[in-house]
Amino acid sequence: MKRKHKSVSYSKWGYIFILPFFVSFFIFSFIPLADTIRYSFFEYYRSGIKEIGPNFVGMENYSSLMASDMLKYAGNTFILWIIGFIPQIVIALLLAAWFVDIRLKIHAQQFFKVVIYLPNLIMASAFAMLFFTLFSTNGPINGILMSIGIAKEPIDFMGSVFGTRSLVGFMNFLMWFGNTTIMLMAAIMGISTDIFEASEIDGCNSIQRFFKITLPLIRPILAYTLINSIIGGLQMFDVPQILTNGQGSPDRTSMTLIMFLNSHLKSKNYGMAGALSVYLFIVSAILCFFVYRMTNNNDPDGSKAAARKAKRRG
Amino acid sequence: MKKKYISMVLMAALAAGTLAGCGDKSSGTGGDKNSSTQKDSSESSKGGDNATAEGKVINVYSWNDEFMKRVTAVYPEVKETSSDKTVTTLKDGTEIHWIINPNQDGVYQQKLDEALLNQASAAADDKVDIFLSETDYVNKYTDAEADVAMPLTDLGINPDTDLSDQYDFTKVTASDVNGVQRGSTWQCCPGLLVYRRDIAKEVFGTDDPVKVGEKVKDWDTMKTTAEELKAKGYYTFSSYADTFRLYGNSISAPWVSPGETVIKVDQKIMDWINTSKEWLDAGYLNKTVKGQWNDDWNKAMGSKSKVFAFLFPAWGIDFTLKPNWDGKDGAWAVTNPPQEYNWGGSYVHACTGTDNPTIVKDIILSVTGNKDNLLKISKDYLDFTNTKSGMQEAAKDNKSYASEFLGGQNSFEYFTPVAENIEIAPLSAYDQGCVELIQNAFSDYFQGQVDFDKAKSNFETAIKERYPETTEVQWP
Repeated sequence: MKRKHKSVSYSKWGYIFILPFFVSFFIFSFIPLADTIRYSFFEYYRSGIKEIGPNFVGMENYSSLMASDMLKYAGNTFILWIIGFIPQIVIALLLAAWFVDIRLKIHAQQFFKVVIYLPNLIMASAFAMLFFTLFSTNGPINGILMSIGIAKEPIDFMGSVFGTRSLVGFMNFLMWFGNTTIMLMAAIMGISTDIFEASEIDGCNSIQRFFKITLPLIRPILAYTLINSIIGGLQMFDVPQILTNGQGSPDRTSMTLIMFLNSHLKSKNYGMAGALSVYLFIVSAILCFFVYRMTNNNDPDGSKAAARKAKRRG
Repeated sequence: MKKKYISMVLMAALAAGTLAGCGDKSSGTGGDKNSSTQKDSSESSKGGDNATAEGKVINVYSWNDEFMKRVTAVYPEVKETSSDKTVTTLKDGTEIHWIINPNQDGVYQQKLDEALLNQASAAADDKVDIFLSETDYVNKYTDAEADVAMPLTDLGINPDTDLSDQYDFTKVTASDVNGVQRGSTWQCCPGLLVYRRDIAKEVFGTDDPVKVGEKVKDWDTMKTTAEELKAKGYYTFSSYADTFRLYGNSISAPWVSPGETVIKVDQKIMDWINTSKEWLDAGYLNKTVKGQWNDDWNKAMGSKSKVFAFLFPAWGIDFTLKPNWDGKDGAWAVTNPPQEYNWGGSYVHACTGTDNPTIVKDIILSVTGNKDNLLKISKDYLDFTNTKSGMQEAAKDNKSYASEFLGGQNSFEYFTPVAENIEIAPLSAYDQGCVELIQNAFSDYFQGQVDFDKAKSNFETAIKERYPETTEVQWP
């Protein structure tokens, strides 16, 4: 065994200095995480002020969740997310393309960027509370609609499935389109201006430029936005919770998965809530895997693959 | 080598810094005896001289300042309350700490439950000494097996003699399955019908409580009256939830019988569902008001609203109706309800493990068992208080109990007979969830979102989520 005495290794200091983070992560994040998974195999809840369990029940929590309306709530979550995401990505793309377009020369660009980002700074629950008051049957929106003669009697926005879901989607859209715009702007600005100039010389109009150049080149970032948004949407909670008072009304059609989780936590049902968390963990982990693949992609614009293909052919 | 030591020291400092936060917390919740005794000694030297063997801090858990106001108003030992209303100092230097958590979304009960679970290991001055509960969940805390609320006899209070003037149903409510009383209340919540005088004059030609009382004396008469009101464009009540307590608090069997895990929905509840649907479709209730305690409901109590009446106990008139009414005083009046009922009531419990049993006993007796004090509370806060003889006097004493808000009417004249006829519904520890969830589940049905069977199954789903131990829901 040979030991190199001459070179001094400082690497262990690096490890020692990052130790505090790992210790606190281990105590405050990892142990609770492991506990959540452990309790998901137990019957463990509180009845009144008496604690029941923990009794080991195997996979029972998982199977009874499958038998419950969990998949319906997953569907609700997906619908609520998609209603918000489609306008969000469309508007964000449009705005991002306009903002970076040098020829448009938008004045006070910085101001608009701040304004569209602002809704994201408000707490989601406060935002939901605001909408709840605005759109209540005797609220200001109904007052306006009635006084200008659009509606004859107050519209019960939150009494209908369509109304509640659109409100949730609209709020999510408002909160997140600014964020997405800024991200996409960064992506578009990363495209070399040479390409744009070349296309212009070739007589490309702005629509062609958008669909043939901008869109394909920001595809990796778009995919990243999509997956990130799905993960965020999976955890949708505060907006529908506050808007429907935790009921997911009407008829539980706006009950999301995390709201379902929360209603188990009302009875401190750690077992069932743990099992649901594990399901969510698995779905998120799969999605995260795709994000990881994408962000670590060494061939973001597909040029290498194209080159390989060309080589094989030739 | 030297470098190594320096970096070791830096490391230790860094680690200490990051862990300092949790260190503080654990010593605070655990038993930091040093600091608390230090605080005590400094306080007792400053405040009082007659130090007792008991603790110096009384922790009171509650969901609003109702109890604090009553204690500071009538408990003779009170010296002063701090400006932020969190600490009341007694004459002997003992401090009452008011720990207030809102009732919404079960926050109060969560916090209280946590504190109760830690009661045994908490330091003397951190122990819960008094906590309050509402009729909806009093049963959860008076449970004999859980034994978190002390039997009054253990405190030295004999309910038969010391609290003999209390209404019997309040004593039954605060007792466990073996009939041991584990709490006491200063208020008693018989409900009345509160109506708008101007609407009564317009529709019936009179606002006399006796004559209006005739028109609302039972449900059949009430329906004819509702038709009359509708013809003039008025709603009888604001929402379907308004009538719930009249039905829900007169159920014949508890939601869940002791020792069982089956939820039994009473016929009375089904009656409420059917009547509410019928009334709502007939236009006797305001369709835009969905349930209670929301903005629309509050607005229905305003002067622009078309709602004729509300069903409220004394606290509802003072605490809910009055702040929401934007017109002049004297616009409302009370009369007999279509059915006697009780709604709410805050129970005071001594917590097992308290280190201040003498003062706790003193406070309970003074606020809930002393007739003079109770009459003072009735005068100052319009509570209908828990003294049979006192309330009978109040009913006759039109001079001192006339309410300006009710146009000079003495509401106790109407409250007292209701209170004497109340038969409290049998309670269970599941009442709060059942009451809340059945109203939520059927609110979709009332609004035509789901059919009757779907509403039933939604209730079943919701109740099994809230109470995982329930196995079955039986419908009548």
